[in-house]
Amino acid sequence: MIHFLVHEEADNVGVATVDISAGETATGLYMDSQKKIKVKALQDIPLGHKIALTRLKVDDSVIKYGHDIGRVVADIKAGEHVHIHNLKTRRW
Amino acid sequence: MAKMKNPKVFAYRRENGRVGIRNHVIILPLDDLSNSACEKVAYNVKGCKALPHAYGRLQFGKDLELFFRTLIGTGSNPNVAAAVVIGIEPEWTQRVVDGIAKTGKPVAGFSIERHGEFKTVETASWKAKEYVHWASELRREPVDLKEIWVSVKCGESDTTSGLASNPTVGNALEKLVAMGGTCSFGETSEITGAEMVCQERAVNAKVGEQFMAVFNAYQRMIEANKTDDLSGSQPTKGNIRGGLTTIEEKAFGNLQKIGKKIKYVGVLDKAEAPTKPGLWFMDTSSAAAEAVTLWAAAGFVAHFFPTGQGNIIGNPIEPVIKLTANPLTAKTMAEHIDYDCSAILRGEMTLEESGDNLIQMLIRTCNGRLTAQEVLGHEEFVLTKLYESA
Repeated sequence: MIHFLVHEEADNVGVATVDISAGETATGLYMDSQKKIKVKALQDIPLGHKIALTRLKVDDSVIKYGHDIGRVVADIKAGEHVHIHNLKTRRW
Repeated sequence: MAKMKNPKVFAYRRENGRVGIRNHVIILPLDDLSNSACEKVAYNVKGCKALPHAYGRLQFGKDLELFFRTLIGTGSNPNVAAAVVIGIEPEWTQRVVDGIAKTGKPVAGFSIERHGEFKTVETASWKAKEYVHWASELRREPVDLKEIWVSVKCGESDTTSGLASNPTVGNALEKLVAMGGTCSFGETSEITGAEMVCQERAVNAKVGEQFMAVFNAYQRMIEANKTDDLSGSQPTKGNIRGGLTTIEEKAFGNLQKIGKKIKYVGVLDKAEAPTKPGLWFMDTSSAAAEAVTLWAAAGFVAHFFPTGQGNIIGNPIEPVIKLTANPLTAKTMAEHIDYDCSAILRGEMTLEESGDNLIQMLIRTCNGRLTAQEVLGHEEFVLTKLYESA
């Protein structure tokens, strides 16, 4: 069963396609290469929300669709929830 | 896809050659003061539709030009068989009537000053009754699907929009444009963060520069008027609840709607009609009702509306076909959704299949299937206003 999808291999976040619970080993699918990836969820990730695939430090870029979608503002471990508490726009 | 090469649909061929998929007789107010008379006519005469709105008084300059373009465009849309225009005074009323009359369709104007509302409602009702009888005997005829102008815009997006419902629209647009169709996307503010990628999708450098000029003008307007970093409005609270975090993320998801390969052939001002087939960028707000009203005024006759968290928008004359890939939205808001593509998220359907399914829903809508929005009576007619009135 697939728990999350990743748009491109260059991305460092995936998108939950079901509600993922903390502690669960989640299976993801890269939409471009159809390769699979496993990540242990450290936090609950609601459907539609992002899960970190690698460790990310403050000022790193979050990459989705192969593009920079914003700046990391609090360190993130692989398997953690990525959202407004640790990711901010580079615009506005 | 062989059978999709040149599908036929049943639609109304109008006097100017354009094709409509609905057969509305509209009662169009020139101004806010005339809404009441229009609604009374629509009550008297079944089978016609009043389009009340908030503006039309003391507008000037480019804002007034956009106002007239929107009203005349709405009456001229091929989904409209005939129009009755009511205004407080005769001159601007006649300007709208003359604009719509260029299409060759039946149109008549009535003004309230020196008659009063009772008399105006009576004479306009007689004309509306005549138009409804006439329109009710018009018949659909077979036309090519490529003659159906389709606009696209998403709303209350979430990450499922970028994963599946927007790419479904993109896949359908690739197929419609390949057939020789006319399509349009817009939402200038929601391209923020992906504007360079959008510029590269223009057919040539000149069109790309036209897009950037429109985009930069929008950024200047936002800079001049913003009171904070705009993250309170973009992404919306609904976007954030659905998992979208930044405007950049929203923008790349948004651009999935124009597919992977199509190049847009031109840039349109608000409510401006395209002059040839292909995909067109229109400078629109990202507010759903405003944007769809502008496309309807530009002559588009059907709209694809992918939603994540469940935007419920409709339009009185341009049917809005709603799709979602979010299984929660498909379940909890089923009455608003025409096409559920959540199977993509489960790995049970490809984007190719989903694009075909959406085109099938477009064909059914052209042939007369009412959309969820039409059945629910969602008729948001919202004029875009550029600045305050004099």
